[in-house]
Amino acid sequence: MQTEPSQWPLWEVFVRSKQGLAHQHIGSLYAADAPMALENARDLYTRRQEGVSIWVVPSGDITASSPEDQGPFFEPAHDKVYRHPTFYPVPDGVENL
Amino acid sequence: MVDHELPNTQSEVESEELNLQFQDKIGKEVKIEPKDWMPDGYRKTLIRQIAQHAHSEIIGMQPEGNWITRAPTLERKIGLLAKVQDECGHGLYLYSAAETLGITRDELLGRLHEGQMKYSNIFNYPTLTWADIGAIGWLVDGAAIVNQISLCRTSYGPYARAMVRICKEESFHQRQGYAMMIALTQGTTNQKTMAQDALNRWWWPSLMMFGPHDSESSHSSQSMAWKVKRQSNDELRQRFIDITVPQADHLKLTIPDPKLKWNKARGHYDFGSIDWDEFWAAVNGPGPCGEKRMKTRINAHENGRWVREAARAYACKHSGRRPAA
Repeated sequence: MQTEPSQWPLWEVFVRSKQGLAHQHIGSLYAADAPMALENARDLYTRRQEGVSIWVVPSGDITASSPEDQGPFFEPAHDKVYRHPTFYPVPDGVENL
Repeated sequence: MVDHELPNTQSEVESEELNLQFQDKIGKEVKIEPKDWMPDGYRKTLIRQIAQHAHSEIIGMQPEGNWITRAPTLERKIGLLAKVQDECGHGLYLYSAAETLGITRDELLGRLHEGQMKYSNIFNYPTLTWADIGAIGWLVDGAAIVNQISLCRTSYGPYARAMVRICKEESFHQRQGYAMMIALTQGTTNQKTMAQDALNRWWWPSLMMFGPHDSESSHSSQSMAWKVKRQSNDELRQRFIDITVPQADHLKLTIPDPKLKWNKARGHYDFGSIDWDEFWAAVNGPGPCGEKRMKTRINAHENGRWVREAARAYACKHSGRRPAA
């Protein structure tokens, strides 16, 4: 069995499920070009009115942080408890704070 | 690090450490995501299982597709068309999930076509009458749902997410099948006989869909430890029987198992023993329709090649961009 010499590119699909919500990553698919990726995304991911808007992005164009760096990469946020409201005491009887 | 330390030992220690971290995540129900470190065995198990699942979805389109042009009414026809389209979509979700493990859809299809990968034996049984389409929706999809609901909690993130989407769509499949069975059992004597005959032929193969007994299942215990599988074959089979028997009673159909009986003490139905010889013959051989299914699949793939190539050539010509790799 020969593999396809002319494999279509992979696309990542983002769907806005309704007005007022952000587009959310929902999956991926193969398509020859952007218009076909949009149509395939519609047929694959919104057969039951799951979306009102679709973005498709070539997978290769996405830059991602790597899991091995997860610790060091996000480390700057680890020790900054003072960024959270719970760090600051609120005296009894003080409300709406 | 010390110079004279053996590199082997070092990497073994590291691998041991990674393994412990991995098991710790599994223990805490933290999902494993595509680029996370995972043991080779875990990766291989997932590729095998997800691919087998994906292949089953797309091969499963064939026995039902066989009846689309002969559906008795327009309503049944659009329902069946939508179901078969869903199965294709489910295959695509699952191939995508498998691809996150570092294998391509092309390779997976290649292995299927060369007979190195399997799909569920259930699709090697013929669909002899229209009632078989009802029985498949009710029983085969019903059994698949029991399995897939359990897999929504599988430890690998992309597989779990695919399962959630699939489960949302499957319940339509089962209900449209059951609706066909209702129509037939409320019809003429011939139609009732047809419905009973379909149940007779599909009942035992449906039970076999859950795989061999736990004691005979070669992959089960490791898969449970990795939480790839969340419930054992026998547990899931029992659950399917318990929910399906009352549905058959409602249809006034008889399940072809004289030993089937409610066991009050256990709170479950007792049932007769499965013909495992038939099961293993179906697993290890082509089954009644195996060769035909593979031939149809390979032809569809080969005959579609020029379309894929033309679409790509068109895209290159009109985008003015580099041909995407």
